[in-house]
Amino acid sequence: MTLSQLVNERATTGTPPNRFRSRNPDDFAVPRGREEEWRFTPVRQVRELFEPFAPTSVMDGSVDAPDGVTWAIVAPDDARVGQVLQPGDRVSALAFSHARQALVLELTGTPERPVLVHGRITPGLAYEHMVIEAKPHARATVVVDYAGSATVAENVEIVVGAGAHLTVVSLQQWDADAVHLSSHAIRLGADATVKHVVVNLTGRLVRIAPTVEFAGRGARAEMLGVGFAGDGHHFESRLYLDHAVPHCTSDVLYKNVLSGESARTVWIGDVRIRPAAAGTSTYEMNRNLLLTDGARADSVPNLEIETGDIIGAGHASATGRFDDLQLFYLQSRGIPFEEAQRLVVRGFLADVVDRIGVPDLQERVMTAIEARLGFTPEVENED
Amino acid sequence: MSTLEIRDLHVTVGEGEETTEILKGVDLTVSSGQTHAIMGPNGSGKSTLAYSIAGHPKYTVVGGSVTLDGADVLAMTVDQRARAGLFLAMQYPVEVPGVSVSNFLRTAVTAVRGEAPKVRHWVKEVNEAMAVLEMDRAFAERSVNEGFSGGEKKRHEILQLELLKPRIAILDETDSGLDVDALRVVSEGVNRYMSTAALDGEGAPGMLLITHYTRILRYIRPDFVHVFFDGRIVESGGSDLADRLEAEGYARFGAAESAHSGVDGAPAHAV
Repeated sequence: MTLSQLVNERATTGTPPNRFRSRNPDDFAVPRGREEEWRFTPVRQVRELFEPFAPTSVMDGSVDAPDGVTWAIVAPDDARVGQVLQPGDRVSALAFSHARQALVLELTGTPERPVLVHGRITPGLAYEHMVIEAKPHARATVVVDYAGSATVAENVEIVVGAGAHLTVVSLQQWDADAVHLSSHAIRLGADATVKHVVVNLTGRLVRIAPTVEFAGRGARAEMLGVGFAGDGHHFESRLYLDHAVPHCTSDVLYKNVLSGESARTVWIGDVRIRPAAAGTSTYEMNRNLLLTDGARADSVPNLEIETGDIIGAGHASATGRFDDLQLFYLQSRGIPFEEAQRLVVRGFLADVVDRIGVPDLQERVMTAIEARLGFTPEVENED
Repeated sequence: MSTLEIRDLHVTVGEGEETTEILKGVDLTVSSGQTHAIMGPNGSGKSTLAYSIAGHPKYTVVGGSVTLDGADVLAMTVDQRARAGLFLAMQYPVEVPGVSVSNFLRTAVTAVRGEAPKVRHWVKEVNEAMAVLEMDRAFAERSVNEGFSGGEKKRHEILQLELLKPRIAILDETDSGLDVDALRVVSEGVNRYMSTAALDGEGAPGMLLITHYTRILRYIRPDFVHVFFDGRIVESGGSDLADRLEAEGYARFGAAESAHSGVDGAPAHAV
């Protein structure tokens, strides 16, 4: 069975085009698991985050920043907090109202290297809030590297000023019992470009919901996702791209590999093109490769097009097992079956990883993926 | 000195009531230093023969034998066949996203040769082989066959032929979809492989060239020409048989089309 044979294009998710947003947690009922936005999530594992708690942990949040980057830990009433994000669910609203501090990163010019935020955390319950702001015409990259064992409710605000190019990578390499729910709100100014990358390698439950607000003409969003879900991992990505102004572009590519009978991934790709968004170009794709029986990938692309005056809008979703023809081709060149499988899986994910544009990080991610696949480090035979 | 022996080969495709016999008793012997051309109309089973020898999962061998120097090829896995010295240049090479040509070639060569090539020699070897096939170096960083033009795919197949150095090579419609310049470059690559490999003391490789058209035979002269029709070889001869097919087509074997009438390069069916 090939991936392309399983292309599944669905017309609707039942997701309302106008989303309810509020900073008041009580405006959102406690999720029971049947709601459209929670039906794919194992809510029992998240229950602690549905009620207010006294934080018992906080992210290390130390920042390795080159020149051109200023950062600070600020109080929640700082003017820079809450610029973009309006909570869309109860967990986000609770995090918004209970986080005691926020990490604010401000990026100007062209910093010579990526900003690295250490998202290390000690065991416990945590509320987190982060604001990443690229000033107009800045060109910068931020990598947030999550690890440890904790239960985290988080909000991330990403502001990309006019003409700025910002790459944000959220790398999840959590311990096996970590739960991480995060809402990312991205606002793009005129001619701004964001490359937003979610890399899910380990963690019991990682649910990241990026929303993109196109606030100026000519903006562009490239949304990338890479996941390698093993036994006991649930990785969920819920995207919402809201094209409200003319001549913006969005390009979404999420790929997951699932290995292990309790491996789960969920991908929701909602794209709305409002009447004013003439000249929009959007394409979204989700591909999931199932390596073992029992693994399950849910994939729901959804396009709501409210104007015919667009350049293009498309989506594709495919979930399947190995492509027999790819394996045949590699084997026909002498490559043993298991090595051919590893090459295909590695390539399936490298296809997205190669687009991140941060070579050190790409190497780290591919090394972690290769280790999971059982690649042994190559011993070079120099003479 | 190597010999590929095909005896009374019967092959089907499909399952249950959908089963169709495509090969209906093929006999053919290809030895080192020989170039055999198999010619026949579309749908005659030429490509099935090629894929069956390579071990394509779509085809089921229901009778007969294939041996390479006496070893039972049909009992081998696909990768074992390649390591035993068989190579199939495919008509429709498969895209493998995210696997670079350079990584792929190195992995394949390591598997076939039984050890990783020494780095310095390897880079030189690949660059030289690419240069003679008029391939840009940037090609090595692209994903295998992804977004390749028809000509690039065929050059990439012949590049593998040169690096994997098989004892018996099967070229399936390598000429389809190539313009005159690409056909010349690819054919020269094949000829160079056939002549240089002979100098390595292993004896010249044997080749089975599968084609619908005679034009590649202007560049690669066959020692033997076989006409393939309805799942078997119906006539064999020397290279003059190709000239006769060029003039007469396949009509006298009962085919509706002539050698001139097909649309070159258009896939008759995706495999």
